[in-house]
Amino acid sequence: MSFVKLTASTLAIAAISATAAAARDNVQVAGSSTVLPYASIVAEAFGENFDFPTPVVESGGSSAGLKRFCEGVGENTIDVANASRKIKDKEVAACAEAGVTDIIEVRIGYDGIVFASQINGPAYTAFTQEDIFNALSAKVVVDGALVENTNKQWADFNADLPAADIAAFIPGTKHGTREVFEEKVMVEGCKAAGAFDLYMAANGGDKKAAGKACYEVRTDGVSVDIDGDYTETLARIDANPNGIGVFGLAFYENNTDKLKVATMAGVVPSTESIATGEYPVSRPLFFYVKKAHIGVIPGLKEYAEFFVSEEIAGGDGPLAEYGLVSDPELEMTQEAVASEKTMN
Amino acid sequence: MTDATANPVQPDGRKHGSLLQQDARIKRRNASEARFKFYGILAVATGLFFLVALLWAIISNGTGAFSQTYLTVQVELLESKLDKKGNRDIADIKKVSTFGYTPLIQDALLKEVQDRGIETEFAKKKDMKALISASAAAQVRDHVIANPDLIGQTVEFRVLASSRVDGYLKDRVSRESVARDKNISPAHLDLTDALVEAGVIKKIFNLDFILGSDASDTRPEAAGMGVSMLGSLFMMLVVLGLSLPIGVAASIYLEEFAPQNRWTDLIEVNISNLAAVPSIVFGILGLAVFIQFAHLPQSAPLVGGLVLTLMTLPTIIIATRASLKAVPPSIRDAALGVGASKMQSVFHHVLPLAAPGILTGTIIGLAQALGETAPLLLIGMVGFIASNYPEGVLDGFVAPNSAMPAQIYEWAKRADPAFYERAWGGIIILLVFLITMNIIAIILRRRFERRW
Repeated sequence: MSFVKLTASTLAIAAISATAAAARDNVQVAGSSTVLPYASIVAEAFGENFDFPTPVVESGGSSAGLKRFCEGVGENTIDVANASRKIKDKEVAACAEAGVTDIIEVRIGYDGIVFASQINGPAYTAFTQEDIFNALSAKVVVDGALVENTNKQWADFNADLPAADIAAFIPGTKHGTREVFEEKVMVEGCKAAGAFDLYMAANGGDKKAAGKACYEVRTDGVSVDIDGDYTETLARIDANPNGIGVFGLAFYENNTDKLKVATMAGVVPSTESIATGEYPVSRPLFFYVKKAHIGVIPGLKEYAEFFVSEEIAGGDGPLAEYGLVSDPELEMTQEAVASEKTMN
Repeated sequence: MTDATANPVQPDGRKHGSLLQQDARIKRRNASEARFKFYGILAVATGLFFLVALLWAIISNGTGAFSQTYLTVQVELLESKLDKKGNRDIADIKKVSTFGYTPLIQDALLKEVQDRGIETEFAKKKDMKALISASAAAQVRDHVIANPDLIGQTVEFRVLASSRVDGYLKDRVSRESVARDKNISPAHLDLTDALVEAGVIKKIFNLDFILGSDASDTRPEAAGMGVSMLGSLFMMLVVLGLSLPIGVAASIYLEEFAPQNRWTDLIEVNISNLAAVPSIVFGILGLAVFIQFAHLPQSAPLVGGLVLTLMTLPTIIIATRASLKAVPPSIRDAALGVGASKMQSVFHHVLPLAAPGILTGTIIGLAQALGETAPLLLIGMVGFIASNYPEGVLDGFVAPNSAMPAQIYEWAKRADPAFYERAWGGIIILLVFLITMNIIAIILRRRFERRW
């Protein structure tokens, strides 16, 4: 129907439109591939329920999105950046330098990160941060000293785990998910294994340097960085029965026929256990709005308000249904968006 | 002086070899020929095997996208829900969002189930959610806004079934696979079976897949290629409009007018080099030059077309020069001999004879550009982009849009396995376009090409 209409109107408008250089009338969003599904769900519903065109959502990663966000103010720059982590001070400074001074930070909810494996693979059903650290860290603690990690099988360091070769597919460094993996899994595991104290001693009590040292992942091919999306991780897991992959909770929940999930420190990942904070590996998701564009780009504020509205981001909304853990402080976020409260 | 032509004495003492009797050397030569033939056949067979395997994979995975499961339900458009004030004011009706329509559709399906006496454990309208696509609410809402008079009546709608139901009818989803799925339960599949028998659920040809727009991650059943097809069309218009005149002008000048010197040699070498440059390089160039420097809009087919023009130009120039070269010099000499100017000889005589070759080269160049994905990734044509139909010709060039291969790539990335089927289906559509273009090129060549 609209196709026929289109071809008809195309011819009609052809002559008129040749003169008019159209101003941008749709909201442009870019950033984290983790937030992309949520943003596209909102964009679609926004296009259906408002008289504005459907916003355009591009992916590319949190850092890439924020970089484009900070390019400046004007129609040729994006209006909203999605991020699976908080904006860094460095990025705020870069933004300010380019004239993007008023940024509205919006937290949309939480996302869990799960460790999953092939459904018919070895019984990877329960991990602790320490297990992951022992399997993947560059150095492990043996007899109170840090040595190169030579663990070949999971059972080498924890008899409760299956005697299967270690093979892990973790997000590459351009992903926001990697940071969560480092901070909530590797550092925690590092502390539990006692390596953190050893690093502290080696670095003269420098906590930051010790933390950084805990991030180090072994480079002998046992741990593979995935720079693509979760579909790539899934393909690797499909090909390797011993493989363990790091996924977003939403991705896992859409592929339960192929994947089985492992508990972390005894907690089964689910929207409930993440909402209560029991499941340890989760992170907040954000989007950032350029205040200077509100009122210039039609529909921008409406889009931001619609995103955090109860019917979208609330516990029964389509985002929660897709796998987002809704924010218990959603009302505060709604107020902040309504009053266009900027950072700092 | 030795007799240089003397035949070597054969091992059996005969002086001459017999044509009827093969000696060891002939046998070796024949055997190596037979071996070579066998290798050749093996090579062809390997190629064919992969082609057949590829086509089989594409067709078996992708045909599913061309049929889609629909539910036919009688939706009661309650005035109390859709127009509380009852004055049919369109502004008031628009205030009711799609979330207000969802329960009405769920109610309608539940009523359908109960009216038909289908036995099921589900008694609440919320339980029907798993069967209905999230796009249904938008469909009903759009219809009501277009026809506000319908409020208060019961209207029949054909709405999309959810992707899990669709997958079940296409054997992608089974009772075992949904056991741990939170979107749907095996009991829903039992209900689906009953509804199929009752004729409420039907699988029909999916025109929306070919004409529709992209859909978000929760509703793969509603996703279509139409908008990204238009994106590709506008891109190809840019490519054709720019690369054909520029390419033909450049090659005519280089081939017919330019002096042979170091400069033209350098240009020639560079054109050949450009043809071998990986396409992603053109993408980066496009990002730097067209978007960051010239401030052209992000994600626009215009920019995509410009980038692909750069990529297609060398192909067209090389093809055009080859077909100009194929026109025998006698034609030029004859034209010049009867008093034509150089330009007249080229445009009246050489170019028409070279035209089929030029067109073939152009079409093949366009087909290449149509399937190109890498440069589009860098100029922002991947994501949830192809969701609005362009509002006119100008809008078609500058409004954000995707392209067919970029859309396929995007679908292949998404979490829901139903998008995977869509990606294969998209490949079928893309292949149909490419094959059509190549066939046109072949026909042009066969019908109009002159040989001397």
